[in-house]
Amino acid sequence: MDVGIVSYGAYVPRYRIRPQEIGKVWGADGDAMGRGLYITQKSVPAPDEDVVTISVEAARNMLLRKPIDPECINALYVGSESHPYAVKPTGTIVAAAIEAVPDLTVADFEFACKAGTAAIQVCMGMVGAGLARYGVAIGADTSQGAPGDPLEYSASAGGAAYLIGTEDIIATINRTMSFTTDTPDFWRREGRSYPSHGGRFTGGPAYFKHVTSCANMLMEAMGTIPEDYDHAVFHQPNGKFPTRMAKMLGFSNGQVETGLLTPFIGNTYSGAVPLGLAAVLDIAKPGDRIFVIAYGSGAGSDGFDITVTDAMDSFDRDAAPKVRDLMERTKEIDYATYAKFRGKILMKEVSI
Amino acid sequence: MRDVAVINVGVTRFGEMWDESFRAIGIEAGMQAIMDAGIAGDDIDALYVGNMSAGRFIDQEHIGALIADYSGMASAHIPATRVEAAGASGGLAFRQGFLAVASGLHDIVVVGGAEKMTDVGDVQSNSIQATAADQEWEVTLGATFASLHAMIAKRYMYDFEAVREELAAVAVKNHRHGAMNPKAQFRREITMDTVLNAPKVADPLGMFDCSPNSDGSAAVVLCSLERAREFTDTPVKVLASSQASDTLALHHRNDICTFAGTRVAARRAYEMAGIGPQQVQVAEVHDNFSISEIIAIEDLGFFDRGTGGKATVDGQTAIGGNVAINTSGGLKARGDPVGATGVAQIVELVHQLRGEADRRQVEAEVGLAQNVGGTGATVVVNILGVA
Amino acid sequence: MAAPRFWREAPSRYNLVATRCGNCGSVSFPPRSFCPKCHRKSVGRMERFRLAGKGSVYTYSVVHEVPSELDMQKPYVIAMIEMDEGAKLTAQVIDVDPKDVHIGMRVRATLRRLGDEGPDGIIHYGYKFVPILN
Repeated sequence: MDVGIVSYGAYVPRYRIRPQEIGKVWGADGDAMGRGLYITQKSVPAPDEDVVTISVEAARNMLLRKPIDPECINALYVGSESHPYAVKPTGTIVAAAIEAVPDLTVADFEFACKAGTAAIQVCMGMVGAGLARYGVAIGADTSQGAPGDPLEYSASAGGAAYLIGTEDIIATINRTMSFTTDTPDFWRREGRSYPSHGGRFTGGPAYFKHVTSCANMLMEAMGTIPEDYDHAVFHQPNGKFPTRMAKMLGFSNGQVETGLLTPFIGNTYSGAVPLGLAAVLDIAKPGDRIFVIAYGSGAGSDGFDITVTDAMDSFDRDAAPKVRDLMERTKEIDYATYAKFRGKILMKEVSI
Repeated sequence: MRDVAVINVGVTRFGEMWDESFRAIGIEAGMQAIMDAGIAGDDIDALYVGNMSAGRFIDQEHIGALIADYSGMASAHIPATRVEAAGASGGLAFRQGFLAVASGLHDIVVVGGAEKMTDVGDVQSNSIQATAADQEWEVTLGATFASLHAMIAKRYMYDFEAVREELAAVAVKNHRHGAMNPKAQFRREITMDTVLNAPKVADPLGMFDCSPNSDGSAAVVLCSLERAREFTDTPVKVLASSQASDTLALHHRNDICTFAGTRVAARRAYEMAGIGPQQVQVAEVHDNFSISEIIAIEDLGFFDRGTGGKATVDGQTAIGGNVAINTSGGLKARGDPVGATGVAQIVELVHQLRGEADRRQVEAEVGLAQNVGGTGATVVVNILGVA
Repeated sequence: MAAPRFWREAPSRYNLVATRCGNCGSVSFPPRSFCPKCHRKSVGRMERFRLAGKGSVYTYSVVHEVPSELDMQKPYVIAMIEMDEGAKLTAQVIDVDPKDVHIGMRVRATLRRLGDEGPDGIIHYGYKFVPILN
């Protein structure tokens, strides 16, 4: 029995800030920073947006493309490192907002940038085992970078939702594999506002080692080489890592460009690979093969080998906004507005 | 039902009364009214107090007992009742007093209205005033009390091709009237430019389209008409008192540019008084926002729909016009201590009908007061006439 | 303390659950237990359903003097929306330049944060509206 993607939906907030604007405030060369990270702008959530609202919008877009009875959703997982509550699930609010309650299991996931793909894997397990007719896997974030930190140039907001099932699959997930070690390259302690990272330690021993290992494991298991894939989506903490990663593994620019969004919207963390895959599904044809490797700090990689099915031809992709539509719908803001929106200005506490 | 008269009135200055507490303000107008009427505490059968939100403004409920106590009437154990209908609390307290006397149950009733708004900040005051609207389905979704009226104004301008200056003309006129009222909060004339260039509150309404936060109280003494001349040579007769309700939320109305509550209450009041709108020479209407006065004077039948603003610009509602609207300065310039407002409207009509209105005096035999709660969910119309 | 007060309204706040009168067909939002037009005849015949979420701006205002919980969004657009099913409701219109809002503008519902009860309190979510593009 094949398990795969039945529908998907994406969402990216409309506000954008450019690296030059950030650099100007911190006395840094924003141009150089943008070039170095290969990021031209990043998305910023509105003050009334968070992982709940982004997840709901993505999930509703998913259901617009495939209007199944939400009561047939028996599992829902939201992966994020910026859940609005430390204690109290995001997923229950999302499940209520898409009218999937109460006959389902729900949990919130956290695994830095790969919590969304972990959610897809768990849904595959639930659906494959017959424990759920459909599962919803969401990766979404409104990630924060400390003011002035290099992360501030990339940490952005967005997310995508996947309906995983066995009926009317538009893309079969042929195989998923993970490569996981305990590698402290990036972390945030409970109650702290901003994450910390290991600087250059986040590169070689973390991102590159895990993504490469997972990619090689997956291709070996599937007996494939890069040329067998029409598209490849790699985790993209900036625009540069995934491009270099693709080259190291033998993938061409043409294979990665559709799913490479970070240069235009920044690093959406748990939303990054799910959004990149959504951008590929927006244009994919039946028979297209997609190679996907997510990475989450801490650290681990999830890999997916996917084949688009003939069902894609009758699938209503136009019923919801495509990733490119969301990328074009923008409003640029200055640093002061960004600081206000992101709660970086110390406000008076209001007593009512 | 027997005839009822107002035998005396009292009103405090309206404004920011930093030195005075709610209870001090609350009794001041009542004491004035009682002293001037020459009645003793023993003569008073009951007390009604209009108050919107002492619970949120000063953390005090149980306002009926508090005012009775500090008026020195605790030992007399008179019935003391607080009446609440948001902005219409004062007008409704007057109606309750009227009904008590008209029914024959009581002979002499004191009706007061009081609010102390300045013990909280502006933002909190706005939030308290918004409790007159639907908290669950308007305010929670981002509506402020001003913005609900701004949406009426926006739609009015769209439906009737009205211009911004029509709204502003209300504020200019009411400030001109207020300048002649020694008890008014604002006694300074303003120009059209001042209104148009004021800081925005909720587009199209600016600061001068909105009534202020005020402290103050007002009181009247009601008596059966047959006994009225025992206390005064110039009783003013209550010709009619009526009340109507409507949906709590503005969005549940088919047409938001007219308050059905005002139309129905006015119709009932005119029938009860046996007059029509053309017999009214002076009226105090609920101009909590400039747009409110425009739709009030249309709903009361003084002007056709869509023409109230133009009539205001033309000066037809000023002192000396066809019908003098808000000779006191209205809520805009006299001030709007919410629970006191409806009673203060009656006080102004009594001054006018007795010929005691000094520089703002108009020739009038009949006066009307329209007092509104929320966005028209409660409307009280009272009509008074020379006895 | 206030958590249950918001929680119990979630179906309408999240999903625009309304009622339709089984007698005259008129739509009430939020749900009512009987129809304001048909009264007794509608008792027990009020059918719950979900508004499709699309409507037109009936009137609006750009709010400058705002409640403290909306300070970050100042100035914001509040509007009365006439839903395609006939009911009107009040909500913010977001993701739009206030000067582009006009009476008759087509909008659709989305879910956003309405506010919270301070840093230790629960977060309120509910409908706001965004322009329907094209």
